[in-house]
Amino acid sequence: MTRDRQPPETDSFSLLKDLSETPGVSGQEEGIRDCVSVHLAPLVDDLRTDTLGNLTGHKRGMNPCGNKVMLAAHMDEIGLIVTRLEQGFLRFAPVGGVDLGALPAQEVTVHGRTDLPGLIASRPPHVLTPQERENPFSKAELFIDVGLSADALAESVSVGDFISVRQSAAELGNGQATGKALDNRVSVVVLLQALRLLQQRRHAWDIYGVVTVQEEIGLRGAVTATFHTAPDVGIALDVTYAEQPGASAEEAMPMGGGPAIGLGPNLHPVLRELLVNTAERTEIPYTNEVLPGNSGTDAWAMQVSRSGVPTALISVPVRNMHTPAETVALKDIERSARLLAETICALPDDMSALALDRNG
Amino acid sequence: MRALIEELCGVFGPSGDEALIRELISQHLTGLVDEIRTDRLGNLIAVRRPTAGNGDGKRIMLAAHMDEIGVMVTHVDAQGFCRFTTIGGVLTNTLIGSRVQFANGVEGAFGMEGSPLSRERPTPQKLFLDVGASARENAAVQIGDTAVFRSSFGAVGDRLFAANLDDRIGCAVLIQTLRELESSPHEILAVFTVQEEVGTRGAATAGYGLEPEVVLAIDVTATGDFPEATPMEVALGKGPAIKIMDRRMIVHPKVRGWLENAAKTNDIPYQLEVLELGTTDASAVQISRAGVPAGTVSIPCRYIHTPSQVADLNDARQAVSLLAYALGGEFA
Amino acid sequence: MDELLEKLSIARGVAGQEGEVRAILREALSEHVDELSVDSIGNLIARKKGSDANENQRVMLAAHMDEVGGIVMRANSDGTLKFRSVGGLDPRILPGKRVRIGKEEMPGVIMRAPHAARSGRRVMPISDLLIDTGGARGIEPGDMITFESSYEEYGALLKGKSFDDRVGCYLLVELLRGVYPCELVGVFTVQEEIGLRGAGVAAYAVEPDAAVALEGTVADDLPRQQDISPTTELGKGPAISVMDRSAHADRRLVRILAETAAAHDIPWQFKQPGVGGTDVGTIHLARGGVPAVAVAVPCRYIHTPAALMDPADVKNTIRLMSNALSGPLGRPLRAEWSEE
Repeated sequence: MTRDRQPPETDSFSLLKDLSETPGVSGQEEGIRDCVSVHLAPLVDDLRTDTLGNLTGHKRGMNPCGNKVMLAAHMDEIGLIVTRLEQGFLRFAPVGGVDLGALPAQEVTVHGRTDLPGLIASRPPHVLTPQERENPFSKAELFIDVGLSADALAESVSVGDFISVRQSAAELGNGQATGKALDNRVSVVVLLQALRLLQQRRHAWDIYGVVTVQEEIGLRGAVTATFHTAPDVGIALDVTYAEQPGASAEEAMPMGGGPAIGLGPNLHPVLRELLVNTAERTEIPYTNEVLPGNSGTDAWAMQVSRSGVPTALISVPVRNMHTPAETVALKDIERSARLLAETICALPDDMSALALDRNG
Repeated sequence: MRALIEELCGVFGPSGDEALIRELISQHLTGLVDEIRTDRLGNLIAVRRPTAGNGDGKRIMLAAHMDEIGVMVTHVDAQGFCRFTTIGGVLTNTLIGSRVQFANGVEGAFGMEGSPLSRERPTPQKLFLDVGASARENAAVQIGDTAVFRSSFGAVGDRLFAANLDDRIGCAVLIQTLRELESSPHEILAVFTVQEEVGTRGAATAGYGLEPEVVLAIDVTATGDFPEATPMEVALGKGPAIKIMDRRMIVHPKVRGWLENAAKTNDIPYQLEVLELGTTDASAVQISRAGVPAGTVSIPCRYIHTPSQVADLNDARQAVSLLAYALGGEFA
Repeated sequence: MDELLEKLSIARGVAGQEGEVRAILREALSEHVDELSVDSIGNLIARKKGSDANENQRVMLAAHMDEVGGIVMRANSDGTLKFRSVGGLDPRILPGKRVRIGKEEMPGVIMRAPHAARSGRRVMPISDLLIDTGGARGIEPGDMITFESSYEEYGALLKGKSFDDRVGCYLLVELLRGVYPCELVGVFTVQEEIGLRGAGVAAYAVEPDAAVALEGTVADDLPRQQDISPTTELGKGPAISVMDRSAHADRRLVRILAETAAAHDIPWQFKQPGVGGTDVGTIHLARGGVPAVAVAVPCRYIHTPAALMDPADVKNTIRLMSNALSGPLGRPLRAEWSEE
């Protein structure tokens, strides 16, 4: 697939808008991969796509030590898939952790023979009983309406066609932005902006910037990409819950407070210390995100690849997660990119500097 | 092929205890393959080297699981009743009234604590097995022994009834495919896997060990063709289903295209499958090492994981044709 | 029973923070093994060559260093802490318990509203519980929280925290003091309680021919009306797993252990199938597969501050394993799969 494109804008919002608005439901990442490729290609020495569809940009380091750092930002987004055609309407199933509560009356794109606009149909409250009105819609009550007759629908749409949420990206007040799939296009922007900063910098380590697939259905792309890359260090880039009413105070990070550096058994303590020290040294505001177990990110897969990979996690706080109304503070993206670039430059030549139990 | 399915359905093989079914399948493979071996977890691996083409074929792994769901004895009480745990996704509301059989031929009937008129939904903790003993000392089974669900093999026309069509019908399709496939440019790695029902464990290690370039699972799938079924397009008797997605995996578009082309070119009826629950061996092999293009050919089956599963013989026959045509040609 | 077991029981280490346990083990092992190393996730790997140079069999024994505990999420300004469990803590046993927090081992208590103020019998989820430190300084998000409990004798039994799986670590140290015909690789794993994380990467690196996980496991042998399984019972010897939620044991290894026990007159029992999971879950799926089984010392009240076990079971588990390693476990498994 070729795309006719102007030389891409490189400010964070323009990148985020382009990436957010390009569809890429888990398992059908061709479109978003092409879009990321356009932005990634000028920043790396070579680019390859692997068996599952992960896109890897390789940027060589200065040093012949041969150490490899793998960055992982997933490009897939949650979405829907057609399970059945029923009297001119579509039945669907979720792909990934879709929040059904934010779906009714939402516009979508059905990726059939061609892309079709559609919406999640819901019966109006006027015709429902009071009890029915009390309850949220169940999946059995929801259909997708694309405005075609049953025959025309069968011509254009088949079981197994993917469906993505249809929502443009926009700037809000106070340097915030909104759109769909900010989980995890925000981190793809972090990856791109970090690589852009590194164009002017010397770094010893080889960088493998991997834009992974199928994260939302079980970290599947990161599993195979990490095995293939066999990195010495892994850094996962993802989003996390931002503070908002209803979010648990101890699990949410402040909007605009800078990148959240993961802390917990999933993350390597010495590598984490390097990130924290780097943030302190370069005066980048950051927060600590305590993760008691599974981080739910590509870091969980990277850490246990082959005989183990020291892994860190940088997350950008996002509100309204897994809805079409995700919001982010743009400066958190830029600070995350700076932290990532500075950390890469600070990676030690000698891996023994990352050994556990150095003090005894 | 009906006889083959019936024979395979008659042999004991719960997850982790696949020795008997492995032995039977192994006999059926004699003469059909170039090499046959058993790996460290117990997967039966049959290799047929390329018989056509000029060496540009692929290493294609075909996986059908030998194991079936069942129960394991956890305790034998003083009166000889057995408490049990389930192996794989046993539906506890199907237990009352069904029968199990142990490897040594001992039968087991399920009983439930309390009055038989109670409307309570059975939980495994309330159920026990009656194995015909009158005391612990004369029970013919002990802790750790396993049993499988058994009901007589039946047929009405081409509709087949058995307790373990999942996945003995897939094993039969794989054996029959090896019989009918005359020549192939590909190296065929036919793997009869273990422990699928407890988490696609055998396929995970076999996939690592074999390093295939393409993997296809041959397994049953649910249908949407009975009253108030979960909406899904798949129905019995409309041909094999080519999987697009299930709970764990999304099929590689190239694999799906390869299978669809083979079906269309050869006028084999087929259906497209999106399954909201469950998965197959292909999902484990897909993320083995650096990743393997993966797909599944499914045989539609009603009432999976109950003691009365129903499938259509024609779907199985057409699955064989689909696989034979696809494997006989290029992977593209 | 033994100074090392006491040190291991008292040592603090939730998943991801096993350094203190690792240090004790390093010291205990340094004289007895050929090579000691720590991998990137924190597994301590001890290698010991076999006595028989012609023997290629490599056996991996695994015991996990981590214990169930908690982690500080947030320090509130009023001196209380929000926390979460690391591994499977039972919220019903938490209220009113004494804990130790962070590297400095600051004491704290898990709060419980006064009796009169409570209504209903609802179990408070861990996310609603608070720890009171009285406003102690120096506690930060990410600090580990462990139960406070002494190690002592209760009648004929031993009481302490974290016998799951410090008793396994103890068994493994004792076994590594011996010499066997096969190569022995002892792996003290990390992060078992949050998903068998360390064992999988260790098995990938070690590539063993067979593996045994050494555990402290559930004993549910309290008096009861019904004639149902006690899971395991104290005093009846090592418990062998046939199947649990994480794995089916290799049947050949189960038979080797049962026959070894019979030959040396060692009591043993089956663990109730279907209960729990062990490091075998990830070990047996490493690379092309590893024949593996779990052997455990029965412990009452695991995952609480005070577990009880029988020292005779500890001794018998060591006897069983050392005899097996000197015998059939130290030699290649028969290739054929049939049971007979």
